[in-house]
Amino acid sequence: MPDVTKAQTTDAATVDAVAPPAVDTPAKESGKKSDKPRSLWGDAWYDLRHRPMFWISSVLLVLLLVIAAFPGWFTSVDPRDGDLVHHYLGKPQLGHFFQPDWFGYDQQGRSIYSRVIHGTRASILVGVGVTALVTLLGGLLGMLAGYFGGWIDSLISRIVDIFFGLPFLLGTMVVLNAFTERKVYVVILALACLGWTSIARVTRSSVITAKQADYVTAARALGAGTTRILFRHVMPNAIAPTIVVATIALGGYISAEATLSFLGLGLSDPTISWGIDISEGSKVIRDNPHTLLFPAGMLSLTVFAFIMLGDAVRDALDPKLR
Amino acid sequence: MTTIEETRNVPEPRGAAGGDVPLLEVRDLHVEFHTRDGVAKAVNGVNYTVSSGETLAVLGESGSGKSVTAQAIMGILDMPPGRIPKGQILYRGEDMLTMSNDARRKIRGSKIAMIFQDALSALNPVLSVGYQLGEMFRVHQGLSKKDAKAKAIELMDRVKIPAAKERVGDYPHQFSGGMRQRIMIAMALALEPDLIIADEPTTALDVTVQAQVMDLLADLQREYNMGLILITHDLGVVADVADKIAVMYAGRIVETAPVHELYKRPAHPYTKGLLESIPRLDQKGQDLYAIKGLPPNLTRIPSGCAFNPRCPKAQDICRTDVPSLHPVTERDGGGLVGRGSACHFWKETIHG
Amino acid sequence: MADLEKTDESMDATPNVTEVETVDAATDEEAVAAIEAPVERGEPILQVRNLVKHFPLTQGILLKRQIGAVKAVDGVSFDLYQGETLGIVGESGCGKSTVAKLLMMLETATAGEIFYKGQDITKLSGRALKAVRRNIQMVFQDPYTSLNPRMTVGDIIGETFEIHPEVAPKGDRRRKVQDLLDVVGLNPEYIHRYPHQFSGGQRQRIGIARGLALNPEIIICDEPVSALDVSVQAQVINLMEKLQDEFNLSYLFIAHDLSIVRHISDRVGVMYLGKMAEIGTDTEIYDHPTHPYTQALLSAVPVPDPESREGRERIILTGDVPSPANPPSGCRFRTRCWKAQDKCAQEVPLLAVPERFKGEDTPAAHESACHFAEEKDVVHAA
Repeated sequence: MPDVTKAQTTDAATVDAVAPPAVDTPAKESGKKSDKPRSLWGDAWYDLRHRPMFWISSVLLVLLLVIAAFPGWFTSVDPRDGDLVHHYLGKPQLGHFFQPDWFGYDQQGRSIYSRVIHGTRASILVGVGVTALVTLLGGLLGMLAGYFGGWIDSLISRIVDIFFGLPFLLGTMVVLNAFTERKVYVVILALACLGWTSIARVTRSSVITAKQADYVTAARALGAGTTRILFRHVMPNAIAPTIVVATIALGGYISAEATLSFLGLGLSDPTISWGIDISEGSKVIRDNPHTLLFPAGMLSLTVFAFIMLGDAVRDALDPKLR
Repeated sequence: MTTIEETRNVPEPRGAAGGDVPLLEVRDLHVEFHTRDGVAKAVNGVNYTVSSGETLAVLGESGSGKSVTAQAIMGILDMPPGRIPKGQILYRGEDMLTMSNDARRKIRGSKIAMIFQDALSALNPVLSVGYQLGEMFRVHQGLSKKDAKAKAIELMDRVKIPAAKERVGDYPHQFSGGMRQRIMIAMALALEPDLIIADEPTTALDVTVQAQVMDLLADLQREYNMGLILITHDLGVVADVADKIAVMYAGRIVETAPVHELYKRPAHPYTKGLLESIPRLDQKGQDLYAIKGLPPNLTRIPSGCAFNPRCPKAQDICRTDVPSLHPVTERDGGGLVGRGSACHFWKETIHG
Repeated sequence: MADLEKTDESMDATPNVTEVETVDAATDEEAVAAIEAPVERGEPILQVRNLVKHFPLTQGILLKRQIGAVKAVDGVSFDLYQGETLGIVGESGCGKSTVAKLLMMLETATAGEIFYKGQDITKLSGRALKAVRRNIQMVFQDPYTSLNPRMTVGDIIGETFEIHPEVAPKGDRRRKVQDLLDVVGLNPEYIHRYPHQFSGGQRQRIGIARGLALNPEIIICDEPVSALDVSVQAQVINLMEKLQDEFNLSYLFIAHDLSIVRHISDRVGVMYLGKMAEIGTDTEIYDHPTHPYTQALLSAVPVPDPESREGRERIILTGDVPSPANPPSGCRFRTRCWKAQDKCAQEVPLLAVPERFKGEDTPAAHESACHFAEEKDVVHAA
């Protein structure tokens, strides 16, 4: 009669475990690679590391973050200093790397290179700030709606529907119009105020799926409380779609800020923003396309980097979506 | 016709068995899946034949390759990650793996049909069952809507769905599990195929309904003189309807036998272990016989006989040499029709 | 305490089960003390009386109104004795899994009582409820979904001690988890692995270890091996039998595989559409069934021995199980029963020893809810 405890002798990590290819006898298996714990997050990280898209976007984003944090490392020229006499709409000198005249000058004689560098902070701040707020608010409301259901769900879902019905940009414009001086935090709040609904929807549905899982029932059977079930069992299993949506949306918030600033309803002077510069540049675009191209290019690059990162993260977290 | 061919190790040239080309012949089929963790060898040289009117049961656990083989026959393998590096699938002597896409599609649509385990997900929920049944006739035979509907009702009658005329416009979710499986069978029968592959057709059903559906399948097979490949993990289900059984383990056939013979005298330690692990009356209060260990990881199948780490009879030779499917004979050397065992020690296993 | 009044159609009088000796605990302390008190082997530890669970069917989005109810469990009574295994068999929709959920207090009963050592647990709260939860544990059907994929094996089993910290002091927990892994036949070093690194059989061992962690007295096993490969099922069944002896456990073993239920059970109950059709010892049910449904069920099970069924009658039922939202009147099985008569449509048969066998010393004299209970020689599973 085979002893039940022997079952582990031929233990093999299941088919999807990392396996040393040519191991024959079970005895040799223990202590090999397959013994290592492999969490699902670990798997996702393993997957991410093998994606060039992830690395390209990460390098870009790290660079952008450094620029946003320490613009002084990249240029010593004050972006607000204009010299109309010498530099009025000066053409870009593409050979002059990192020099004030690299990207040329705008119609107030300010260095476009310096403005692009200093404008990064506002864009990144808006993007990250809105995403953080939206994830907190939308995630929390979505989780409550999904987990508790009933009237809580009905109430939150109806609020979501109402906000969803408002046109995103139009809504923010109305909110922003009420402010005369629009600092970064004002824009962040205005965008977050209308942007949380999609996150709430995604979180709600993934929480509904996760709460029906047997391991949640198992935890309830043990007598686990609501907080424990929510934060140890439901959230870790429901958060992946939220992260993905948030990462991809981040790029969208940055371009929304630029759009608002372009329309004169976003950030306002003295804050330096790509959107404002694009707006300024568009006035003289016919003869001086460089005034528009460089801030617009930076904006596109940033948005692109975030969306690419979001795609890579989505693929890594949920291979089924591929 | 329930004759059983001699088991062969080496694939024969086509049509050698008395000039009679079998309906379907799978020869030395290999299927592998390329995954991040290496190559999973799901099927490693499977040979079997099915003739008209014959039922072959393919028995195996999850990961034994029984369903992958069927998917390869039906051409519904996901490729990539799947790959067929070697082997032939001969339908009436023609290799389906090398023929043109058009020719293959013709065979797979109308000559070979498949029944799946989960009828609910195999039927389209937004179309009525009558429409889905009739579609087969409209597309393949160009019948008018009205004629197709009449045909659909006829089919539903044939699979004994009560009140077929009234229910032809109902949607899949309005039927019970057993009735849905009957509709699946009706769809498979629609074009009167030569061969039906049933992949765990009753696993999702209740026992009292299982018996009805298996009986229906067996009746229809007799009536239409079809070949039937019945894929299952349930030792009980096959006992009633199959003519011959092929037992699979780790992508290989480890034993073939006529159905009654297999249960009476298994010739492979794996089959023997499976049969012995079924609880028997006299074992009440004792430990059940259990095959030790776990099914192998397909990315690193043990060398030699894949079953050797779990086998009570394993010797050194089992760890080095892959056993071929030996013809199984009586103790005195008398032939046993249709029996084969891929075990170095088949004699000891069957004759004790 | 067993309510003998026939109040409504869904409530069976249940003369078959013994009267419950209730414990009236005035305070939480008394209740907990009663729960912790040991029960003699062979004494009832869990007594279920007229258990009912109806799931309302509603219509409308904002103003929900009830248009009916799925009668998942409709008046079920049975006793579970200390140290025994009570098997519950039945097809999908018979309510066996709902019974498990009700006993685990994962669902609230619509009516009826569940007495654990004389206390109705459906009315407990606070510390007493927690003490009951500790003593009644569950092993789930699907080892793939019942373990949280984001937690290590150590965390999954160790969580039980976080929820019930009184069972194991903090410094002791890791060692206890490793002991448990060893008990269920897994390498204690696997404590840091994640569930997806294990095969189905191993995961079910982890699920069993979690069920054992709090030293429960009762384990409810809901189809514990049906998701496993045939060659692994026997290992898990052996393990469960070993653990029962070692830890003096009582099992409620729910399954649809009749031969496994027979192997592991001391007594067996057969359920059909929310009601208990027949209940008795394993020999009584398997060798001397008197309810037509049990007979059909036994004969429908495919047997891996084609010769054993030759020459014996095989009953193949017609039709499917009716919907529990709209069960037949009278006897629920009558729509598929070959013996059904007018009486069956009008009167609900009681679960009791049939009149004709009363006082007789025959294995047929066990509780069967049929107006025309009689023995029938059928092909047997197992």
